[in-house]
Amino acid sequence: MAGIAGYGAYVPRKRIRTEEIARQWGKDPGAIERGLLLEEKSVPGFDEDTITISVAAGHGAIDRSGVDPQRIGALYIGSESHPYAVKPSGTVVAEALGIGPEVHIADFEFACKAGTEAMFVALGLVEAGRVEYAMAIGADTSQGAPDDALEFSASAGGAAYIFGVDHVVAEVVETYSYTSDTPDFWRREGEFYPRHGGRFTGQPAYFKHVLTASRAIMEKTGLTADDFAYAVFHMPNGKFPLTAGKQLGFRKEQLETGWVVPTMGNTYSGSSPTGLAAILDIAKPGDLILITSFGSGAGSDSFVLRATDRLPEVQDLAPTVCSMLEGSRQYVTYGEYAKFREKIIAND
Amino acid sequence: MPSPRYTREIPARYRLEAARCSGCSKVVFPIRRFCPSCRGEEFEKLTLSRKGKVVTSTVVHVPPDDFLMEAPYAMAVVETPEGARLMTQVVDCDPSAVLPGMDVALEFRLIRREGHSGILCYGHKGVPA
Repeated sequence: MAGIAGYGAYVPRKRIRTEEIARQWGKDPGAIERGLLLEEKSVPGFDEDTITISVAAGHGAIDRSGVDPQRIGALYIGSESHPYAVKPSGTVVAEALGIGPEVHIADFEFACKAGTEAMFVALGLVEAGRVEYAMAIGADTSQGAPDDALEFSASAGGAAYIFGVDHVVAEVVETYSYTSDTPDFWRREGEFYPRHGGRFTGQPAYFKHVLTASRAIMEKTGLTADDFAYAVFHMPNGKFPLTAGKQLGFRKEQLETGWVVPTMGNTYSGSSPTGLAAILDIAKPGDLILITSFGSGAGSDSFVLRATDRLPEVQDLAPTVCSMLEGSRQYVTYGEYAKFREKIIAND
Repeated sequence: MPSPRYTREIPARYRLEAARCSGCSKVVFPIRRFCPSCRGEEFEKLTLSRKGKVVTSTVVHVPPDDFLMEAPYAMAVVETPEGARLMTQVVDCDPSAVLPGMDVALEFRLIRREGHSGILCYGHKGVPA
């Protein structure tokens, strides 16, 4: 059965605390922390973007899989912050990882679910036998407008997955996608910051798609919430994924491992994929895992995975998500954050 | 760094590809046609480890225009376990803490932008190990 042969993740070391952003705009930090369940978020440095995050996560995936990069026949990167408007991120990432030139490459975009979109296509190519291995990456350096609720969550990070048929660490038991035209969050061409529909992003968008896709894949597989060891949902803030999980019948113990948003923030296309990496870091053989992404616009991809006997052998071969979230961090002020996020424009 | 030159340097800048002289075993980075030690012309390719140790360092306070927003930043000569030395920025830490003997990992980072509309130039930088 096809599945994940290797995985890796990357979270930048720079962080900004929720209270630091709240102080800047005269908001009550306690109310924000309680309302959105966010403590801090990652911040990309001047020299970190979707490409560098993808390379770092890709190295982890290659190290864990033990696969010769030359055997990877497809590379897809899902992001809404590709550094170039015209020129693929994938070509740089492939060269840096030693993949290709005999490789099919594409950059994907579907708001926050571009990462699982890439995973979906990579899996399909491997199952069809078109390529031996395919790498899929979800990564972002997310943008949030100043003094917008998004500014408390929009962060940077991502995860990479190599799909294959042999020596997998997690089999893909089933997939399911659910999509509709729902304008809950968007960014027009040339605009710097995305816009969103406020409360409209909740029930008609996030919950409708996440709950429908998750219920459908459980029905398709005949599984119930109790059958799963872990579940992870897209994390636009701390509250939404916990509410979705609860409505689906999951307990907190099943959700908290992949619920990395309180200290990482929302890494958009990298959100649920990085949560999945945190789960794979500690999962045991036989564990069933549910991942459901959400991308505004809108749609959800669901995967049911089963960890194999090989997973424990590779968990320590690359940095874990926990080691990056709890390891060496550099806290920045709002002024430094504004500089790093290029909100300050210097003279030529 | 004009785009064609940047493209030619991709194997060294992106993948840390180096060469070991078949005559005297000196590791050269980037790859050269002649060994600077014995003038040999036979080399075997190798990829450097993505880690090293700071040999010497300095802090740049008055940077070139492209690095204006990054100052002050640390520049260091880093030696990899293979014996190759490369000049690189060391980031994600207090620049004054970058001192000889410090262990660093070499991570793929954006080095500079060719102005507002030019290409993005990538390579490796040191980060605290």
